[in-house]
Amino acid sequence: MKNSRLKLLSSPYIVWAVIFIIVPLGMVFYYGLTDKTGAFTLENVMAVMSEEHAKALWISLGLSLLSTAVCFFLAYPLAMILAHMNVNQHSFIVLIFILPMWMNFLLRTLAWQTLLEKTGAINNLLSFFHLPPLNIINTPYAIVLGMVYNFLPFMVLPIYNALVKIDPNVVNAAKDLGANPIQTFFKITLPLSIPGIISGITMVFIPALTTFVISKLLGGSKILLIGNVIEEEFTQAGNWHLGSGLSIVLMIFILINMAASAIFDKDGEGGLL
Amino acid sequence: MIKTTAKKIYIVLIFIFLYAPIATLMVFSFNKSRTRAKWGGFTFQWYLSLLGNREIMQALWNTLFIALVSSLSAVVIGTVACIAINNMNKRRRAVILGITNIPMLNADIVTGISLMLLFISLGFKFGLGTILLSHITFNIPYVILCVMPRMKQLNPSTYEAALDLGASPVLAFFKVVFPDILPGVLSGFLMAFTMSLDDFIITHFTKGAGVDTLSTKIYTEVKKGIKPEMYALSTIIFVTVLLLLFLVNKAPKEKNERRI
Repeated sequence: MKNSRLKLLSSPYIVWAVIFIIVPLGMVFYYGLTDKTGAFTLENVMAVMSEEHAKALWISLGLSLLSTAVCFFLAYPLAMILAHMNVNQHSFIVLIFILPMWMNFLLRTLAWQTLLEKTGAINNLLSFFHLPPLNIINTPYAIVLGMVYNFLPFMVLPIYNALVKIDPNVVNAAKDLGANPIQTFFKITLPLSIPGIISGITMVFIPALTTFVISKLLGGSKILLIGNVIEEEFTQAGNWHLGSGLSIVLMIFILINMAASAIFDKDGEGGLL
Repeated sequence: MIKTTAKKIYIVLIFIFLYAPIATLMVFSFNKSRTRAKWGGFTFQWYLSLLGNREIMQALWNTLFIALVSSLSAVVIGTVACIAINNMNKRRRAVILGITNIPMLNADIVTGISLMLLFISLGFKFGLGTILLSHITFNIPYVILCVMPRMKQLNPSTYEAALDLGASPVLAFFKVVFPDILPGVLSGFLMAFTMSLDDFIITHFTKGAGVDTLSTKIYTEVKKGIKPEMYALSTIIFVTVLLLLFLVNKAPKEKNERRI
């Protein structure tokens, strides 16, 4: 009696999830797998093989993998330093990384446009030190920078959380048993932080792969990512079938990523918070 | 010694990287010149003309209204769902939490177009309502993510004890369970509010013509050039949040000290 009444409490959410999560995804699949007459077709999905779309997908994959790698190599040392700082205010560290989000995402990315310009702040600084100028605005490198800038917090926080959870006694035991710092890192710290790393990779790779805003603002609208192609199909070209078909291709990558994280992070330990 | 200095320098460099664009935007808000390219002298005029700019103010109210209503709704639906999920068997729980993860793991662009297709097929009129529904949808998972761990730590006997002592389930919930999960509920609310405020992609696909949030307003202004009032407004929002967080972080500490 009591239990069944408690279960009823989940019904508003279940109804909500079915209407606003499951059904809409079903519609993407419906549109993606049919043509304008409503007949089944794989054409929209296979359209990704066409030269133009394949190029966009390859660039997106390349840039997002590069940004994920850069984020990882920047974030891991940072997370280690933060985890060892003994800041007992866990929420404070989370806040520092969430705080920039209160300045609009588009404005923050636009600010990089100004910072990176030929006569922008960064080049002025570089010329002051007689260093060669940095001409990366409107190139793929600017897009990578924008991705790293926007998604770095999503790599730092899960790794930080995983590192904080490691029992210091395990690390001390390794040291007592004669492991040097490098061995301790590769045998203890790194393996124990894998759930955090995996969820960090997911949280950076997926938004980077699918963005259309960063490429538009920093790539000078010359570089089309797969996200830009899909966005244009929906807002300008009005071909929802093709846009949905390409979205299905994106979802395949998302599924691969989710499957990988399910294998490495069985208990769902690697969280953002 | 050298090691700790190197660590400090590394942290400082990362924070410069994270906060340099924000500082840049703040500088823009005091720039007399209308373009971002050059510095035309210091001025407060954008802060004054901001109040008279009806379009930006309307976008601001839309943004705040959507963020507040969507995060409050998400908190109610999400918290209630957590109570139920916590009492489910393992398999059902795994299924529901799996579905909950979809909007968080899925790409925003896919969530956006999927909701757009839904609203079109249902014949909804695109406007504040559709934005609100979308924001509630992507906010609920953040609430569940924050509340669920608290729920798991609860001692079920305290709730049962309250029932045994004659409290109604609702009273027992608010007197016993709710205070324990409150930190999770609050951080869920804050997270949802922030996500809603910062969202552009999903709003872009689910908004109607003529209805703008700050994000979509900025996006349409990108080509024409951002109005300096926008920088002023962003600076005000950022500084307000910074002050609020500072106060919130300070308040509980004082209380604790007094108690000791």
